[in-house]
Amino acid sequence: MKRTVPLLITAFGGFVLIISYFIPATQGWGETVAIWFDVLASIAFILGGANLLKIHLKKVSDWQSGWGFSAVTISAFIITLYVGLTKMGVNPSTNYPDYVWSGSYREMGAPFWWLYEYAFKPLTATMFAMLAFYVASAAFRAFRAKNTEAILLLGTAFIILLGRTFAGVFLTSWLPESLSGLRIENLTVTIMQVFNTAGNRAIMIGIALGIASTSLKVLLGVDRSYLGGGED
Amino acid sequence: MYDFLKNLDRRWIFLLMFLSVSIPIIIIGITGQSFPEKPTALSITTFEIIENLKEGDKVLLSFDFDPASEGELGPMATAFTYHCAAKKLKMYFMALWPVGPQMVDNAIENVIKKDFPHLVYGEDYVNLGFKSGGEGVIKVIVTDFMELYSTDARGTPFKSIPMNKEISSVQDMDLVINISAGSAGTKEWVQYAVTPYPDEITLIAGCTGVQAPLLYPYIPEQLPGLLGAIKGAAEYEKLVFDRYYRDEGLEVPGRYQEGVRRMGPQLVAHLLMILLIIAGNYIFFAEKKRGIP
Repeated sequence: MKRTVPLLITAFGGFVLIISYFIPATQGWGETVAIWFDVLASIAFILGGANLLKIHLKKVSDWQSGWGFSAVTISAFIITLYVGLTKMGVNPSTNYPDYVWSGSYREMGAPFWWLYEYAFKPLTATMFAMLAFYVASAAFRAFRAKNTEAILLLGTAFIILLGRTFAGVFLTSWLPESLSGLRIENLTVTIMQVFNTAGNRAIMIGIALGIASTSLKVLLGVDRSYLGGGED
Repeated sequence: MYDFLKNLDRRWIFLLMFLSVSIPIIIIGITGQSFPEKPTALSITTFEIIENLKEGDKVLLSFDFDPASEGELGPMATAFTYHCAAKKLKMYFMALWPVGPQMVDNAIENVIKKDFPHLVYGEDYVNLGFKSGGEGVIKVIVTDFMELYSTDARGTPFKSIPMNKEISSVQDMDLVINISAGSAGTKEWVQYAVTPYPDEITLIAGCTGVQAPLLYPYIPEQLPGLLGAIKGAAEYEKLVFDRYYRDEGLEVPGRYQEGVRRMGPQLVAHLLMILLIIAGNYIFFAEKKRGIP
């Protein structure tokens, strides 16, 4: 049962979506299935939260290495969840002043806004910004002209790096109009619109064919790996 | 030289990257000057698509990004919102990412409330908020908003909002503008909105640098306009604020030049990257010459 029911739901949902795409009269069926998907996606937030708690609580209770980070994660999760769900410090909406919880959880100055503005926002921005340091280090240590392909890649990287800044315009603006295609900023556009597009289209077609065949295998129950292990 | 580079501690590289970004930020902050921008054809097309809309046309702005990519996408979100407000378009904001509503709030606070205080919520712009489901949301609202959006982000019933009475699905929009940092984002808008309804839905987008190469294959049929990364934002800022400020003899406020200003640190950081690659290859060829494996 544990495997058969999910298999049937998957096959039913998948085939309804395929049919609704090709037969306009059945479009409404597809919309209903899509709404089920959105409901499931909302429930996935609860599952995700429960899973996060389970993993990190286990780490803390077992005193595994790095348990302190897990403790911070759990604390941050519970505090944010509590502040958000209870709408702590939020004023009622002007449309429904009699209902205490009618205000927006994002209200400026409320604790949830404060957590977002002064904790979540700078932390995520910092994490993303740190990429610049690691990319610089990787460029120094790993980007080597070992063979023809690597040399082509390096050449393209130089053109794109220069062409996406004013340096590209500055370095080759002296080229006459008849040779304007060789200006770095124009070479960048050519690389992106011709070589990149051609390569990406080929990759996308390959991926689409792969997805179609994998999807069919899933819908027909041939590929059951997504159900995980365990007995029926 | 070889020994120096070979034994270079990576913390020096981190320091160089820090200085190459922070010094231009400080200089541009003090002088207010940055490098000139020359818009590319794609940015001009993006600008013209909005410019050619008529007053009162309906635009759906889907802000599908978060604070991690706000540095790259925030300036184009600001410029798109300004352009739509200046053109007196009806703006429907929504988000497919959980913190997207905060990005919408930023645009409303920094652009509409500051420069267009006469615009009325519910008549000129509305914030529909976030719905979970990614592409599932697109698939539903492309035929019926009410199936998922029973209220706006403030809890007001969908159909009691005056400007919502004119729409029932994404197909009623004159333009969809998507600002995307990943999935769900522009690719999903192309696949689930534009591809099934190519005659009804026109999509333009702004995206991060890593996404741009993946979206080029959709240009120009499914995606006629695309702004790639901070460079695209800077070009678009120039086009919008030349038209609405400089051509009118007005000085552009700093908050509308964030994209152009960020091109300064980008230039120096890119030059540093090139120097680092050259230095790394010097070590490689020196080792090859010396027979070091």
